[in-house]
Amino acid sequence: MAHLETSAKKVWQQRMTFKRWMGWFSWLFILSFFMLCWQAMTQNTLWVFVLDAPTQAADLIDRMFPPRWSYITALLKPLWDTLNIATLGTLFGIILAFPIAFLAAHNTTPSRFFVRPIALFIIVASRSINSLIWALLLVAIFGPGLFAGIIAIALRSVGFVAKLLYEAIEEVDKTPIKALTSTGASAVQVMDYAIIPQILPTFIGVSLFRWDINIRESTILGLVGAGGIGLELQASLSVLAWPQVILIVLLIFITVILSEAFSAKIRNAII
Amino acid sequence: MVSSPMWRWTLLVLFLLYLGVAFSSIDLNFPRMLDGLTRGWRFVDGFLNPNFTSRWSDIQTGIIESLTMSVTATLVGILFSIPIGMGAASNISTKPFYFLCRFFITISRSMQEIIVAIFLVALFGFGAFAGFLTLTFATIGFLGKLLAEEIENIDKAPLEALKATGASWLQMIHYSIVPQITPRVVGLWLYRFDINFRESAVIGIVGAGGIGATLNTAIERYEYDSAGAILLMIIFIVFLCEYTSGYVRKWLI
Repeated sequence: MAHLETSAKKVWQQRMTFKRWMGWFSWLFILSFFMLCWQAMTQNTLWVFVLDAPTQAADLIDRMFPPRWSYITALLKPLWDTLNIATLGTLFGIILAFPIAFLAAHNTTPSRFFVRPIALFIIVASRSINSLIWALLLVAIFGPGLFAGIIAIALRSVGFVAKLLYEAIEEVDKTPIKALTSTGASAVQVMDYAIIPQILPTFIGVSLFRWDINIRESTILGLVGAGGIGLELQASLSVLAWPQVILIVLLIFITVILSEAFSAKIRNAII
Repeated sequence: MVSSPMWRWTLLVLFLLYLGVAFSSIDLNFPRMLDGLTRGWRFVDGFLNPNFTSRWSDIQTGIIESLTMSVTATLVGILFSIPIGMGAASNISTKPFYFLCRFFITISRSMQEIIVAIFLVALFGFGAFAGFLTLTFATIGFLGKLLAEEIENIDKAPLEALKATGASWLQMIHYSIVPQITPRVVGLWLYRFDINFRESAVIGIVGAGGIGATLNTAIERYEYDSAGAILLMIIFIVFLCEYTSGYVRKWLI
């Protein structure tokens, strides 16, 4: 029981205030909502398969080990392709993202009512759709290969880079802009000397960050035919060659960890 | 950025050299691409004139499955990410437990959802349950890492003050850490729901249920108007999530 001490006299007070009731109700609500969702989600689940999982796992591990090490020679070219997809995709992505960010930031946009909503829609659309889905579409359009993968990565990166960049543009320090404007500088000069130097570190940091996310994403684009090491993964999976699958997964794991360390190192060096 | 001019030029030349090599490795098949352009145009057309009706029941099942998968995976993921995240925060954890949690987080974060889904579908069979497990696994790693970082970056003064009063470990957590990190962590939880929904649209491609399976079928059948409708719905829901998460955060804090 909670009590307030006022001039040596205890004033007793009911614990279940409105706020506490609300607290308990929201827990109840979350719990029942969870149960509801759980029920809806599992209505088509075959529990026989789920209960069977431990035996299946043991069987799968048994079939995966030892990995087929000799297969690694066939993986080096696809791995190189994967790195190219990620790097070129990031490059195209940031080239597209740079102007879009300026169109979306409310302090640099040419028109707040017309251009800005379009730029924001491009950003949301690009961010909502995973690169694998972009790849699925682009493979249908351009045919299978690296090119579809590069464009898929680029389209997905545009939204990410542009969103973080336009937020940085909106938060720039206004003093240099005012100072330059008062000297009679043109809009382009203001952008060049007051805005760009302020956002450049963010831009480089975000681009490198996106590059290392893209390495991770480009490893699986091959599953839908967009080139890289994912193609080998798909090929090995479809013939159930688990010793090859585990080798590919291991290689992807190492590549991702190395690229993350590399990008973090450069980001620390630059910023 | 790079102070020595010699290094600057070497890096630039190396980068250009790499670009040349990388570009030459793309084989562009122009006749195939021209062929594809008509199909591309049909897709744009389908996106502009989405067809919600002819596959509505499939779309509805897919969206509901995706949403329920994301809700359950986010909640269960949050539940597990709390102990893991606390274990991975160097200032409140003990050494062996710290390394264990960090190891788990690294594994979870470096494994692409799709690859996890491939394995879990092989183990648990096709359908939403494998998808739920995939998303939960990814959520634990993501939220665990961010929670650990939040805890490591707290202001140390309240922690020291509580320690000086002889507070127990749980009391320290409750009175010095929870109030400091709650606003940001709740924001991250909502953000993760967003990510889970987006990911649920993808893992369906390898058989883990959700709207991804419907989308994959629509694209394979060249029904670009249905695919456009699905993509628009995904964009709309993501947009709605982002818009409401701001309000939810304000209401909670």
